[in-house]
Amino acid sequence: MSIDFYRDGAPVADAKAPAGPIENRWEKRRFSGRLVNPANRRKLRVIVVGTGLAGASAAATLGELGYRVANYCFQDSARRAHSIAAQGGINAAKNYRNDGDSVHRLFYDTVKGGDFRSRESNVHRLAEVSTEIIDQCVAQGVPFAREYGGLLDNRSFGGAQVSRTFYARGQTGQQLLLGAYQALQRQVAAGTVDLHTRHEMLELVIVEGKARGIIVRDLVTGEITTELADAVVLATGGYGNVYFLSTNAMGCNVTAGWRAHRKGAYFANPCYTQIHPTCIPQSGDHQSKLTLMSESLRNDGRVWVPKRKGDDRHPADIPEDERDYYLERRYPAFGNLVPRDIASRAAKVVCDEGHGVGPGGLGVYLDFADAIARLGKPAVEAKYGNLFDMYERITGENPYERPMRIYPAVHYTMGGLWVDYDLSSNIPGLFVTGEANFSDHGANRLGASALMQGLSDGYFVLPNTISDYLADGPFDALDETHEAVVAARREVEERIAFFLGNEGDRTVDSFHRELGKIMWEYCGMERTDEGLRKAIGLIRDLKAEFYKRVKVTGKAEGLNQELEKAGRVADFFELGELMCIDALHRTESCGGHFRAESQTDDGEAKRDDDEFSYVAAWEWGGDEPVLHKEALVFEYVKPTQRSYK
Amino acid sequence: MKLKLRIWRQSDADAKGRMVAYELDDVSEDASFLEMLDVLNERLIAEGGDPVAFDHDCREGICGSCSLVIDGQPHGPQGATTTCQLHMRKFKDGDSIDVEPWRAGAFPVIKDLVVDRSAFDRIIQAGGYISAPTGTAPDAHAAPIPKEDADAAFSAAACIGCGACVAACPNGSGMLFMAAKVAHLGLVPQGQPERRTRVLGMVAAHDEAGFGGCTNTGECAAACPKEIGLDVIGRLNRDFRKAAVRAA
Amino acid sequence: MSTELQSRTAAPSAKRPPKPVGPWRSNIGLKIAMAVSGVLMVLFIIAHMAGNLHVFEGREEMNAYAAGLRSFGEPLLPHESLLWVLRIGLVASIAVHLWTGIVLSVRSHHARPVKYAHRQQAKGESPNAYLTMRLGGIVIILFVVWHLLDLTWRTVNPVKDVHDAYGAVVATFDPSRWPVTVFYLLALVALGFHLRHGVWSAVQTIAGPGTKWRKRTQATALAVAVVIVVGFAIVPLSVTFGLVE
Repeated sequence: MSIDFYRDGAPVADAKAPAGPIENRWEKRRFSGRLVNPANRRKLRVIVVGTGLAGASAAATLGELGYRVANYCFQDSARRAHSIAAQGGINAAKNYRNDGDSVHRLFYDTVKGGDFRSRESNVHRLAEVSTEIIDQCVAQGVPFAREYGGLLDNRSFGGAQVSRTFYARGQTGQQLLLGAYQALQRQVAAGTVDLHTRHEMLELVIVEGKARGIIVRDLVTGEITTELADAVVLATGGYGNVYFLSTNAMGCNVTAGWRAHRKGAYFANPCYTQIHPTCIPQSGDHQSKLTLMSESLRNDGRVWVPKRKGDDRHPADIPEDERDYYLERRYPAFGNLVPRDIASRAAKVVCDEGHGVGPGGLGVYLDFADAIARLGKPAVEAKYGNLFDMYERITGENPYERPMRIYPAVHYTMGGLWVDYDLSSNIPGLFVTGEANFSDHGANRLGASALMQGLSDGYFVLPNTISDYLADGPFDALDETHEAVVAARREVEERIAFFLGNEGDRTVDSFHRELGKIMWEYCGMERTDEGLRKAIGLIRDLKAEFYKRVKVTGKAEGLNQELEKAGRVADFFELGELMCIDALHRTESCGGHFRAESQTDDGEAKRDDDEFSYVAAWEWGGDEPVLHKEALVFEYVKPTQRSYK
Repeated sequence: MKLKLRIWRQSDADAKGRMVAYELDDVSEDASFLEMLDVLNERLIAEGGDPVAFDHDCREGICGSCSLVIDGQPHGPQGATTTCQLHMRKFKDGDSIDVEPWRAGAFPVIKDLVVDRSAFDRIIQAGGYISAPTGTAPDAHAAPIPKEDADAAFSAAACIGCGACVAACPNGSGMLFMAAKVAHLGLVPQGQPERRTRVLGMVAAHDEAGFGGCTNTGECAAACPKEIGLDVIGRLNRDFRKAAVRAA
Repeated sequence: MSTELQSRTAAPSAKRPPKPVGPWRSNIGLKIAMAVSGVLMVLFIIAHMAGNLHVFEGREEMNAYAAGLRSFGEPLLPHESLLWVLRIGLVASIAVHLWTGIVLSVRSHHARPVKYAHRQQAKGESPNAYLTMRLGGIVIILFVVWHLLDLTWRTVNPVKDVHDAYGAVVATFDPSRWPVTVFYLLALVALGFHLRHGVWSAVQTIAGPGTKWRKRTQATALAVAVVIVVGFAIVPLSVTFGLVE
């Protein structure tokens, strides 16, 4: 089938993962990778962009190893990166519960959960390292939940049949991030890490094919500065904000990754987005973001909608036999705990059929009445009290008395910059960690796996693999007069000058909102050939209008939040287009990517392994990106159609 | 609903600021306080004015970015709630609302409602950590922690570093922030070896950053969106006294 | 060659080491000194209050008690030993209390240089403590000066005989000198507020109780303040209203 929006390029392969038994590959790679002598590490400078779990842990660990690290974040403190908002927990194959868990099972579950679109080698390494993460975090003083005996508590989470999730009330991400943040601050005090807060990376500097630095804007003074180094690590998070409304923080953006992409880094699987099933529904046009309610709520809450369409009675007045507990009905084995993509789509299906509740019929009930009757209100309060309070603050409704209303929202992006087993992009010297890369989750991420991947990359993987690259350094001296640096800087300055000089009449947010609506409508939970083609056209038109009509107030000097947003939204336009092209070319359904044309008779996602068992790595090509395919090989987990029935 | 706003406007750190009045008609009561400011900013941009700068990011009450003093109260009138989680249904049609930045010597204003809170990071750098370099650590079950201590450590660790305690304190003191971290790390066995150096280092950094002393008036705890209590300050005082006596 | 020279360094503030100030000069260190000196003064005040109540036993007993304080420990110890110990202790406590109070107030002033345009009622557990401590402290120190001139040195007291404590008390609170009594009572109220916060604040600073004991300490502090205010107020009121002549 011909799709005229892209060109085919040469296949790409991960040249770094060793062959042999999967259990030994990580050890083999660590041994085969070259090391850097401790005395030489002081001569090597590494830039880390981002201070979330993947960035702070990498910067701290590289600092501890003796490299000279420059760490950047746009927030006013490294502690505020959006990893802090992760609620549910972090997986680790500790098997503390003796319930049949093992490294192999975590590996298996993650490959299967990712709908067979991830690399076995990477996922196995992630499962291996998971146990070390917990030990490391406990050593840092992370206050995980404990049982009365003083040992760590575990829970089952997001569709897992074993209890392998470690948590700290509903604030696991916060506590893990503070652990990494504190380790980072320790290195700042030790002088090994130069931390620059309120700085945003706006361009990547490539010299003789190698990533050698970044151009940043000091968000307080507006000054454009250059940081040069021997390697650059991007730990800049996901791009869910392309949808405008998502559970991401307001500042989350794709600019760092997108600038690297435009300089040659491949962007892999951009269409794989995770729509989280349990978010608070939108309440009006003023809405600036959506709030996630932890998935752990599904452990005790029951999801239902009224059987009668448009039934607007108070939920308590709807008798049991007029309720449709549709997840329990359709998926008896997993019930309310089916993976996120399945739960989200099921909610969309019942709402599209007219059973939805709340404003606009875009919501389903998550009901705790049974849990309260079974466990008592105090027990439910102890488990979920903070989440219930949050729900009440936002909606003004008391979830102890009235079921919560929830609806899916964009939450996580599995796609990202393409990296090999060493977490190196196709640009030598450019490494990508955490949500910013595409590596471990395939087409769908399991709950409590994002924290695991971010910390695995930052604490244990990158510090071990980057040395193989840095062993060739220090690289030739550079200064700011080098033509590549001057050119990169000029691009940034010209972009800023354009925005400030444009005589427009529409705000940045108004464009972002409109882009988000297009993306949600046509590249959201359900995608079609027709819709995606339409979306590409709409995005291109809107992008043209954006450059004509966008109005950015203020000056280049000093704090200018409108200018920051303008640059980010400009990059979202290009990314959105690529997401649609990726979604259009992948005519199968898999994980978070559901193509209406590819479903089973009972409406489940249908993969096409013969055609699409590959990673789509896109090379920047303006209006016509170039597709490089990386074939996926499954030696240990044979692809099957996922079934949670 | 209709609102009369008075907002602190200050073009940069060196400029002299002032309260400027704005009126908004038609504010949804389902909007959050920050979304109400978004609406105001959209209007200001359309009119060719300069939008109000304010810090915000996650908008779900956990990142600690948002920092507005609303009617004289950090994070506004609702207890245990950050500004981003404060919704307009807590206000009445026709209300007048004053919005100011955090006020403290250690938190200089950068622009409008945005302040520089890097002093908090410097306090953490001075000892707010456990030295556990990345590597093979003891098994997580090696050191059991009584649930009571683990829960108390968690409650203290819930601090989001927003700085409301400082903004509320008549002495501009950062004691509650610092004490929360000292309490968290002092309550877990891994934090014991550095317990004395930690408290001495952090207290020195706190004073050096220009935060004032504690008068135990309790305004900090009343303003804390995460309900961190004065008991952590007691714990800090106790740890400090012991450490200072040993150091003398 | 490395890229060392071309790289921008971090903001200097991030690596600036804290000034090497000894822990006892920190805010908490000073606060502990303030708390300890305050506790010593509270103990003195309680003893002083108990002594005052001798006035109800009559002139002889009161003066005998005053003389007894002077001769305490004789002949083993020199004359007025106890008083000198108390005087030195008190002067030292006042000096420490005052000095730390001034230093901490100045630091607080710098730490919070700009007031809010919108003033909001205090919501803390011990509301407006900084007012009752600082302004209250100034009232108390002015009172102490008057009190020394009046009842210790007798500069402004009609009864100059230092051995007639009873006479001096009766004279100073004579109904004709009612402003003195009013000032005394006002100072006591200031002292009461000062102690209600000060006593628990001192315990919080020195001992750092948990939540349960903090509440108990606050209740105890209130009780101590009430007992001291009542115990002191009863003497001038009795004189002014003619119960003691």
